[in-house]
Amino acid sequence: MESQSIIARSTPDFGQLVQRDRIHGSLYTDEQIFQLELEKIWYKTWVYVGHATEVPNANDFVMKSIGPQEIIMTRDRDGQIHLLQNRCPHRGNQLCAEAKGNKGVFTCPYHRWAFSNTGKLRGYPYPDGYETVNRDELGLGKVTRVAEYKGFVFGSFAAEGPSLEEHLGRGGRDAIDRLVMTSPEGEVQITAGFLQHKAKANWKFLVENETDGYHPQFVHDSIFSVAKSGIGDLYGGASTAVARDLGDGHTENDLRPEFRRIGKLMNWFGTTEERLPEYVEKMKAAYGEEKAREIMIDGTPHVMIFPNLFIAEIQIFVIQAVAVDETIQHVTALQFKGAPDLNRRLRQQTMGSVGPAGFLLADDSEMYERTQRGVAAKNPEWNYLGRGIHREREDEEGYLVADNTDEVTTRGIWRHYRELMEAE
Amino acid sequence: MSMQIDLNVLAEVQQFLYREARLQDSHAYDEWEALWTDDAIYWIPANGADIDPEEQMSIIYDNRSRIGLRIKQFHTGQRHTQMPQSALGRVVSNIEILSDDGHEIKVASNALIYESNLRGETVWATRNEFVLRRSDDGLRMARKKVVLVNNDKPIYTLSFLV
Repeated sequence: MESQSIIARSTPDFGQLVQRDRIHGSLYTDEQIFQLELEKIWYKTWVYVGHATEVPNANDFVMKSIGPQEIIMTRDRDGQIHLLQNRCPHRGNQLCAEAKGNKGVFTCPYHRWAFSNTGKLRGYPYPDGYETVNRDELGLGKVTRVAEYKGFVFGSFAAEGPSLEEHLGRGGRDAIDRLVMTSPEGEVQITAGFLQHKAKANWKFLVENETDGYHPQFVHDSIFSVAKSGIGDLYGGASTAVARDLGDGHTENDLRPEFRRIGKLMNWFGTTEERLPEYVEKMKAAYGEEKAREIMIDGTPHVMIFPNLFIAEIQIFVIQAVAVDETIQHVTALQFKGAPDLNRRLRQQTMGSVGPAGFLLADDSEMYERTQRGVAAKNPEWNYLGRGIHREREDEEGYLVADNTDEVTTRGIWRHYRELMEAE
Repeated sequence: MSMQIDLNVLAEVQQFLYREARLQDSHAYDEWEALWTDDAIYWIPANGADIDPEEQMSIIYDNRSRIGLRIKQFHTGQRHTQMPQSALGRVVSNIEILSDDGHEIKVASNALIYESNLRGETVWATRNEFVLRRSDDGLRMARKKVVLVNNDKPIYTLSFLV
């Protein structure tokens, strides 16, 4: 046993590395920790994979991911969604090289083994060479559990564990419920294609930043000032918006208090009801005058669903951890069923804001990469996360909240992270 | 079918494209902005060369006013991803006149761009298409489409003028 301890490094002490108001820099840079995260987070908990509207028809498929793993999301001829591994069980060849398409059968180019889009092995050439083989044992690898919440498809490699609804919790479900109500038909559609933006940074910098209400005024002042955007003020010292820890690693910046104070329809989207008359009418017809007004004042959520789905008002980001120091942000405009005039503006705004050349995200990504390089410095060893710790309070729902610029969100993410990493 | 090429036009187009490249490499934002027409479209598609930019996400799909916003953002001195500015050297080649109706010239070209910034060094390869319009002040860009050859893959931040 002694020789083993010389070879194997001891398991990191996450109780020591993750403290209430500070976390250790090695959590972003250590290769062993990244491998443990794959095992204990990415290949265990529920991870967002794709949206049902990305495979609208029978036999549609689209290439997705769970961390570094390629996942083929298929819809079979009966309408059921499957998450398949992109690996031929014969000799390990990558089965599918297309980003999306429509087919019921995937044929491996190496030896022409053929698989249905449910993962079942259909056949192979010269079958007399496989007389004793049980085909049922040679199907495609599958993500063990697949579940959908209002069109959002998640996968978990763990056979057992909390259900998706339990994982999302009241806060996560409520965020998606609020989101789909922005459509007069109650449905989100993911149809505009994704931008793929790579950053030389650890994935947790992105997760933290999504609900860090402290940075927008500084990192994004360049665009807020020239575009005369009111977004910066939502994250200012005088804002009534709050930062909220929704539990289980999910966090949000709740901007509704500000939007309600201002009380103008569509202000959340930086526009007015006069500019979207068709949408406003449809919403009133769908939900009734009063409820529609409420929805159109409150706007869509700004919620980070741990570990990889960020609902960012007008777009979604899917965070893909690729390596300890490399992360891909997949981003697309949210589209709402039955709202073509709103959707056009959502696409335009999203294209301007995000992606590799975006007015906002190019600067966020700059910060991710600089922070990755920064934490490599030996001293100080810690990142300090104590902002607003003295004014954390429970709201009427029992969630921990603080001012919108406070790090109550980041602390919530790390508390959950520590639980996951310490779990057996 | 081959087109009779007017070598004077070709020379004028070449000089224009080299000038644009120099302004971009040297971050001469205002001079570069002045190359555009009032109805300009600046387009960098994602996920292929022929997507519908009205329906699908592009890396950049700017009208004239958004081009102006992009330049204004640089001028704030707070566009962090360009502070410090990328060091750039690009080669523009394969300049081909596709059509010329006396008013507008359609041009294809390739560019290979070497970028050095805080992250490291990145090489960008693009296939470009221009609609250049004759004006009293010489040629102007009415449309520029930049097809990154790897636009179907994840790419790093692209915040200099491409």
